[in-house]
Amino acid sequence: MGAKAGSSPPVVPPPASSATSFFPSINGLKLKTKQQELLIRVSILALVYVLAFAIRLFSVLRYESMIHEFDPYFNYRTTLFLTEKGFYEFWNWFDFESWYPLGRIIGGTLYPGLMVTAALIYWTLRFLRFAVHIREVCVLTAPFFASNTTIVAYFFGKEIWDSGAGLVAAALIAICPGYISRSVAGSYDNEGVAIFALLLTFYLFVKAVNTGSLAWALASAFGYFYMVSAWGGYVFIINLVPLYVLVLLVTGRYSMRLYIAYNCMYVLGMLLAMQIRFVGFQHVQSGEHMAAMGVFFLLQVFYFLDWVKFTLNDPKLFYSFLRIALTCAISVGSLALGVGMATGYISPWTGRFYSLLDPTYAKDHIPIIASVSEHQPTAWSSFMFDFHILLFLFPAGLYFCFKRLSDATIFIVMYGLTSMYFAGVMVRLILVAAPAVCLISSIAVSATLKNLTMLIRAKNNATPMGSSKGTASLKASAKASSFDQPLPYQRNVAIALLLGAFYLLSRYAIHCTWVTSEAYSSPSIVLAARGAHGGRVIFDDYREAYFWLRKNTPADAKIMSWWDYGYQITAMGNRTVIVDNNTWNNTHIATVGRAMSSYEDEAYDIMKSLDVDYVLVVFGGVTGYSSDDINKFLWMVRIGGGVFSVIKEPEYLVNGEYRVDKGAAPKMLNCLMYKLCYYRFGEVTTEYGKPPGYDRARGVEIGNKDVKLEYLEEAFTTSNWIIRIYKVKPPKNRW
Amino acid sequence: MAKSTSSDVLTLIHSLRSAYAATPTNLKIIDLYVVFAIATAVIQVVYMGIVGSFPFNSFLSGVLSCVGTAVLAVCLRIQVNKENKEFKDLPPERAFADFVLCNLVLHLVIMNFLG
Repeated sequence: MGAKAGSSPPVVPPPASSATSFFPSINGLKLKTKQQELLIRVSILALVYVLAFAIRLFSVLRYESMIHEFDPYFNYRTTLFLTEKGFYEFWNWFDFESWYPLGRIIGGTLYPGLMVTAALIYWTLRFLRFAVHIREVCVLTAPFFASNTTIVAYFFGKEIWDSGAGLVAAALIAICPGYISRSVAGSYDNEGVAIFALLLTFYLFVKAVNTGSLAWALASAFGYFYMVSAWGGYVFIINLVPLYVLVLLVTGRYSMRLYIAYNCMYVLGMLLAMQIRFVGFQHVQSGEHMAAMGVFFLLQVFYFLDWVKFTLNDPKLFYSFLRIALTCAISVGSLALGVGMATGYISPWTGRFYSLLDPTYAKDHIPIIASVSEHQPTAWSSFMFDFHILLFLFPAGLYFCFKRLSDATIFIVMYGLTSMYFAGVMVRLILVAAPAVCLISSIAVSATLKNLTMLIRAKNNATPMGSSKGTASLKASAKASSFDQPLPYQRNVAIALLLGAFYLLSRYAIHCTWVTSEAYSSPSIVLAARGAHGGRVIFDDYREAYFWLRKNTPADAKIMSWWDYGYQITAMGNRTVIVDNNTWNNTHIATVGRAMSSYEDEAYDIMKSLDVDYVLVVFGGVTGYSSDDINKFLWMVRIGGGVFSVIKEPEYLVNGEYRVDKGAAPKMLNCLMYKLCYYRFGEVTTEYGKPPGYDRARGVEIGNKDVKLEYLEEAFTTSNWIIRIYKVKPPKNRW
Repeated sequence: MAKSTSSDVLTLIHSLRSAYAATPTNLKIIDLYVVFAIATAVIQVVYMGIVGSFPFNSFLSGVLSCVGTAVLAVCLRIQVNKENKEFKDLPPERAFADFVLCNLVLHLVIMNFLG
């Protein structure tokens, strides 16, 4: 160190001189204003790109790089299959390992966009000789596409308003919690890619309407194809775009560009969409897609009449022609629609989407849709949690949009309003509203900041300018001075407001980071808690149980569990399951629900008929984990009772209350689910000062501590009792 | 009433004919192509009505290829028409190139869908 210090003085002067000569060279570059602006824009976008990726990495840093939750495990398993067996096998895959004994046609019942995207990234990286594992690619696909979404948001903002709004939109959507919730690293789900495809399709369509070019319309058709391949929410696009066209027609803002854009996108988009097997012929047969077709025909009639009016140049003649043409068109159209709906050829709106129009429908008619926690109506706190300041910037942005109405702003206003309505109906759809809210808020932020900074930068022209520059500047300065004169502290107020705006935006950034870190970065498959001394305790029971299944059961064993865990069991445990998260067969799920809610001997008959070898239940009584099967039990009863009338929900309740302690209903105390969860639990002391058999998740001492199993035996219980696996005994010998 | 409507219709047809005769030849060629495509689509629908729609994807691909190319031709006509003020900056070669590209994509997808 001393030698270095000794040698440094003679070394210092040359670097200093080169440093001083370096700085003038940067100033000597003399960037023009346009180039400076470009540099600023590109660097901001680059930073936003990196930010969007980095903020989603909390769980990878805290736990490990693994796939979260339930649905992503299915996507991971199919991606693995695709990379191992190739596209042809994937496209024609029939899976016999789930929904035993029915099987599932995976090739025809999934949206392949996500898997194909991840596989392409994987093959590209492999081609460049990066030795990555497909799991790493899957985990990081969603953050990568979130970064790409910010770039698309920039271009979209630029199209709607100007590049300043685009930059703000990119920054807002990079950290918006509503979007982060479904696109953290590890959340390998369709929405991670679908929101990118949604925004891209909308941007390309608005660009096509603005320019009237067939090439942009073709690009938007491809964007729509990518969206259809990625997510079932494409129905939103195929209904919003026709609605937008209708609004433009009704308000008289239509033009030839609209005709070109919509027609090209509709025909090519529909054809491309029908290549996905899961979508099939829905674009011509399903009621949810009929609006697009109706608007297509309406557009042909409308523009044909417009052309005839233009060619004829004679109003009276045109009116008679109009009468004839309109009566023909309306009669043919309504006849076709009526026949289609009456014969049932055009199917009505299906349950999932119908419950968006009528939120009470699912609760009464389809309990399996009502039971999903993401399908519940949204509370105000969720809106505040997911949007923060964007909630009040949204109406402000709407105001600015209405001030400067154009084709593009009308579109974003419609997107914002419809998506906010649907976000109010179902929590999951806050995700679809997030880009619209970010874009509209960015308009408000950008316009406000622009006005404020213009006020600050305006030179003091209390005295009118000299007429050296001519009348135009005199008029402008007269106008400006007429605004300037009455506000004495204008500049100071503008600075104060600007500081306030910066404060709000910085609070937004802090809130988003906090929300991501606390609420949206948990893998759900690994649980963490604070121990007695404040240290972190990790519960890795799920993976422990699945690994046990993988290693200690025969390869053709069939596992019965509630449908939540099906995907994870097939992906990690590599065993056949009876029902899984796809929930396509309600009767099969009801059979499992019936088995779980019956007495042990009735359940044994059902399990024997399904060839069940092992039963898996999730139990949170020892750890206080509240998403376990006992808390989900009433849904099993409702779904089972919906198909088999032998299961009656009131038999499990006491005075309408759901209890597991001494006062619980006798059917509840002796059903299979109760027995499997609380077997040997009566001997366990869970908390200091409480009796043995104290259930920490329900907060009561259980009613039936002496559980005896006749037809099953305990195979495995994980270290924190979260997962319990039981083996079904073979039938007794008949003497 | 019937007489006036029939005479109305006759004058209508006459004026439409005379107005149409004034359109330039290239637009008339495009219109002929559109009529041909729609006629082919109608023939296919009638055939489906007689024979049944069993390979539905084949029927759909046939009809949609006709409707699609008709619609794209109409878009080309709009972009090439000198009377449209919005498109006066667009060179007709670019419009035709877009038309060819879109038709190429359309027919590639149709060939995949034909089954």
